[in-house]
Amino acid sequence: MVQAANSDVSNTVMAVMAQESQVDAPPRDSLLAVQNLKKSYGEIEVLHGIDFDLRRGEVHAILGENGAGKSTLVKCLSGFEARNDGHLYVNTKQEFSGADIGVAPSPMTNNEDSAQAIAARDWTHAAAEAAGVVLIHQEFNLAEQLSVAENIFLGSELRGTGLASLFIDKKKMNELSRDYLATLHCTIDPATLVSDLSVADKQMVEIAKTLAKDARVLILDEPTAVLTQKESAALFELIDRLRGRGVGIIYISHKLEEIERIADRITVIRDGDLVGCYPAATLTKDDMARLMVGRELSSLYPKVPAPYESASVALSVHGLHVAGASEPENFELRSGEILAFSGLVGSGRTALFETLVGLRSAQLGSESKIFVKGKEVRLNSFADARAHGVAYLTKDRKGSGLLLNKGLRENFSLYALAHFAGIIIDTRAEQSAFEKAVETFDIRMRDTGVVAGNLSGGNQQKLLLAKMLETTPDIVIVDEPTRGIDIGTKSQIYHFLAELAAAGKAVIIISSDMSEVIGMAHRVAVMHQGNIVGVLSGDEITEHEIMRYATGLKAAAA
Amino acid sequence: MTKIDFKTAGPFIALIALFILGIFVNDAFLSAGNVSNILARSSFIGIVAIGATFVITTGGIDLSVGSMAAFISGCMILLMNALMATIDSLVTIIFLAIVASAAIGGLAGMINGLLTTKAKIEAFIVTLGTMGIYRSLVTYMADGGTLSLNFTLGDVYSEVYYGTLLGLPYPVWVFLVVAVIGYVLLNMTVFGRHCFAVGSNESVAHYSAINVDRIKTATYILQGLCVSIATIIYVPRLGSASGQTGILWELEAIAAVIIGGTMLKGGYGRIGGTVVGALILTLIGNILNLTDAVSNYLNGAVQGVIVIVAVYLQRGAWRAKN
Repeated sequence: MVQAANSDVSNTVMAVMAQESQVDAPPRDSLLAVQNLKKSYGEIEVLHGIDFDLRRGEVHAILGENGAGKSTLVKCLSGFEARNDGHLYVNTKQEFSGADIGVAPSPMTNNEDSAQAIAARDWTHAAAEAAGVVLIHQEFNLAEQLSVAENIFLGSELRGTGLASLFIDKKKMNELSRDYLATLHCTIDPATLVSDLSVADKQMVEIAKTLAKDARVLILDEPTAVLTQKESAALFELIDRLRGRGVGIIYISHKLEEIERIADRITVIRDGDLVGCYPAATLTKDDMARLMVGRELSSLYPKVPAPYESASVALSVHGLHVAGASEPENFELRSGEILAFSGLVGSGRTALFETLVGLRSAQLGSESKIFVKGKEVRLNSFADARAHGVAYLTKDRKGSGLLLNKGLRENFSLYALAHFAGIIIDTRAEQSAFEKAVETFDIRMRDTGVVAGNLSGGNQQKLLLAKMLETTPDIVIVDEPTRGIDIGTKSQIYHFLAELAAAGKAVIIISSDMSEVIGMAHRVAVMHQGNIVGVLSGDEITEHEIMRYATGLKAAAA
Repeated sequence: MTKIDFKTAGPFIALIALFILGIFVNDAFLSAGNVSNILARSSFIGIVAIGATFVITTGGIDLSVGSMAAFISGCMILLMNALMATIDSLVTIIFLAIVASAAIGGLAGMINGLLTTKAKIEAFIVTLGTMGIYRSLVTYMADGGTLSLNFTLGDVYSEVYYGTLLGLPYPVWVFLVVAVIGYVLLNMTVFGRHCFAVGSNESVAHYSAINVDRIKTATYILQGLCVSIATIIYVPRLGSASGQTGILWELEAIAAVIIGGTMLKGGYGRIGGTVVGALILTLIGNILNLTDAVSNYLNGAVQGVIVIVAVYLQRGAWRAKN
């Protein structure tokens, strides 16, 4: 109703803005630009007028907290979502300086202006791709059972000539794919099935796909979330090469170090509003975090006092032999202690803990002794672990953590359901526990009726945390607790974990994020090829030391 | 919001529409006899379909229910005829047959469940296999012909099908009781919640400390018990069993479940919808019987169209919601 009363005013404003944007055409070297872009879902406006432009050969980072509207913005830019208002310009004329990607003539080139305004309804996904604007999603869009080459040419398969045009020219597709991959310094065989590739290689295939499409604007949404440091470094080199070729790259990440490393300009958005666009050189990481959150981050990592020497041992593990690992494993931690497990991706951290809590079977014939608070327990199933106060939060919150198509309350109570039920579930108790958890964990949602899949990543993680902590476990194991979430939510999660430790719980953090390991842990166990190779504490906890153990350069004397 | 409501209410609206159609088609439609006939006939498929709702909600499928019903009927009849020689009390004989029926149904369901979960064979294949096995066993037991219940026994037992309470036949009451228990079990208990969880994402269920195999097996056992209950009230209707007994029940049961709004991919189930679905299927047959406009032989075709339209409407609503 208030909106209706103001509609005259806002119409006037919009008219003025429209006029302005007519006058204010985008810079001539822009590949892609939007002015005053607005986007609503239903009645809720999520982007309130964003200006953005991407130049040739630059990496333009978009920075913002989860739910700030970054993904929506790039969906509008790449034609996956139609904007509700604002202007979009795309440059379809300029040639790349790098000659080794042949640029196909685009269907929209016959225009006087180099940057052409495109109506919202015309900017479809197909039109965007035809204009060379390609979005690489967080979740890959690859057909797992097809080969690398077949994926690269999916939808635009090459055919033979003459009668052979009825058939796909596999040989040529493989050859070209090999060329594309070679320009990415990637040596995978184009005939390999995608299902056999590592996550990093799959990403290379996604990028190779964009080469096949002559991408001039490449949008990367959280590309390093699933990569190791080494793989990320390779990706950055690749980005540098593409930039050198004149490709414009829009880069979304929560990792400020990465943005510092590769971005030329940074656009910050907050709650759907444009905060500003800055040359990357003028911002420190602190500045970035402050602009994103809109307030000073007092401290990302809360101080957690080390447990008293006298604190009792909360968990003691002897001879736990993970299936396939070379040796059984021993470790223990005390109440109030935060023990981090570091290591490269694939070093066996998740397997170790999934075996501990009964989600996987141990090596056949192995015999382990596990003590929780001094009492020997057998954890043959995850339900046993729950009964003995050991909780494990999966790192795969979408695949194994939450029922994405179910409501928040049902997700919240699933693990602790026995708390709310004899035979019949007491939905009132369930609801009030849920409401309490929403408050405690600051879970933000559009309305309480949404399904878990509609929450932002950070809020999903908080919901998962609430779900697993509802049983009030004594030992909390969190696997990659902050992967792919924004810095504000990260800070919240660190504070939750710190509170748990302060309350005398034993906390284990499995993490590939070096700064969070260093910032949070009292001790760090480093794993390499399936086993713990070193345990660091106090001043020994440095990035350098951890990496030396993680890469196998150093191993503790046995 | 109205679309979501439509999704829930859709089957009910269709039922009411069919009912009104029935009234126009033939005056006899509303007669007490016809209405109670519709309800009684719905109860077999309805009871089986309630079991199927659990299986499908949990992400499984059971194709063996029709054969299983025939097999249990055959076993019951053979057992009762045999017991005539040793036990005098006819009621005791019938009681023992009912116990045996439940045991066989539960066991048959457990076999389906264990083959699916422990042997890790797809439910479709397991139950396709057991479907063939039970069907051929009953044919073998009847030596290719028909097994008939002893006449004296049949007289006593027929009360279970033809008897009434408060003007409604017993099968209708049984249907009602099974539906209420099914509703409570699926919507209000931990077990029901776990069925939904397993059906929507097994991995999440596993990581929520749910024993996925046990839940799945339990749904097949429930399905077996429902088949057994349906058989117990079905045997006195005809007093016989043959290779033709319970033919296509599995498809009618699945159809009832789907018309009722349960999703075949799992994770979303409605007992109320299933009851309505079973009534709709019976109503179609009944209305075709009462009219000359469409041949009764086209019953299956009309049912098929209804299933497809029902799912189409659900999909449409589903898409609009997202």
